[in-house]
Amino acid sequence: MLTKRIIACLDVNAGRVVKGVQFQQLRDAGDPAELAAAHSRAGADEVVLLDISATNEKRATLTDTVRRTARELFIPFTVGGGIRSLDDAIAVFDAGADKISINSAALADPFLITRIAERYGSQAVIVAIDAKRINGEARFEAYVSGGRNPTGRDAIAWSREAEERGAGEILLTSMDRDGTGAGFDCDLIRACSETVRIPVIASGGAGDTQSFVDVFNRGRADAALAASIFHFGLRRLADLKQELQSAGIPVRWPC
Amino acid sequence: MIAVVDYRAGNLTSVRKALAHLGADAVATADPEVVKQADKIILPGVGHFSATAILEQTGLRTAILQRIEQGVPFLGICVGMQWMFESSAESPETRGLALFTGACGRFSETVKSPHVGWNSLTCEGSSRLLRGISSGAYVYFSHSYSAPVVRATAARCEYGGEFSAAVEQDNLFGVQFHPEKSGAIGLKILRNFCDL
Repeated sequence: MLTKRIIACLDVNAGRVVKGVQFQQLRDAGDPAELAAAHSRAGADEVVLLDISATNEKRATLTDTVRRTARELFIPFTVGGGIRSLDDAIAVFDAGADKISINSAALADPFLITRIAERYGSQAVIVAIDAKRINGEARFEAYVSGGRNPTGRDAIAWSREAEERGAGEILLTSMDRDGTGAGFDCDLIRACSETVRIPVIASGGAGDTQSFVDVFNRGRADAALAASIFHFGLRRLADLKQELQSAGIPVRWPC
Repeated sequence: MIAVVDYRAGNLTSVRKALAHLGADAVATADPEVVKQADKIILPGVGHFSATAILEQTGLRTAILQRIEQGVPFLGICVGMQWMFESSAESPETRGLALFTGACGRFSETVKSPHVGWNSLTCEGSSRLLRGISSGAYVYFSHSYSAPVVRATAARCEYGGEFSAAVEQDNLFGVQFHPEKSGAIGLKILRNFCDL
């Protein structure tokens, strides 16, 4: 039986895993290669490395970081953040990424999805969408630039277009829930999951075990992403998978 | 020496990385002459079935078939395994190696496609490739088309119906999943192939 995936996300700045509070006060949390391997051993089904470096100088270390992280990682490995062109994507794939995640660049140039998919296959292209409720209702607008700028685009309509253009998965983040630990936005995830035929990865709001049960059952998510080792300690990861299994959610455990 | 066939489909990096981790003597090559010298051949693959057409144009198909006839172990991964069948609905004009009968087809409309993630194997009898791997073991899949269950099926998988997760017959081996991305279990399967 196909299992629900738990994906560990590492935020990386200038080659180091960091965790901030609302993108402020970034704190050093360790080496990406070591932390990715540790998450793999602890039971993560995939690892996402998200480059949040604010400047190009800091970002220049990305391919080196990807290469070091990929070397001893034998589970799927996605890299996102700052990929703006086919050339950017090629550099990251060459360094050892299995998939890339694109967000703002895909909205600015939707053909980018197709160009990368034609070269590497749709399975290698994740379109990330940051979505926010409109007036608190179950309507969702897509935002870009790390959630700073509204686009006027309906997030669900955009997910369907991304699929048509060749995306292999959608990584859907609720900006309303991100960083709150209050649970995923199941309305958002479900609306997307029922619209597209490709897998949907839920993000934003990861909290207790019940929040994962809800997003898999009510939200119909195929995978859930938890964004930091602080939300998501290694001990917690193993416990979470056991608890999900006890709750009847199919997960890869033991692994 | 293991020849990892480079036919510009997706990237070879992860397969080469896993083989390096296992200490295997592997080279990535697009040269039919190197393939003809190889003790073992791995054909990785991600993406589209039509990408295999280049194997025909470059003489790699002939070199691979020749080595297979000489008894050299051959492992097809993902699209590489599908290519061992006659054809695929993904690209009907592209011919496979027809080492196994049957055509690869799409998943049923009842499930999402592509089939992405960790799914469990149901192993059939004794397999050299899957030695030490039990039914229920999880491996990582990422594909939109799949091969039918045939006599050579060594492991089945269920996703909107059953398909071949692994095939094995004499010196022919194929896996629909990605052993290079399937953690310790995947490395064990690659190790089994290296040790043949």
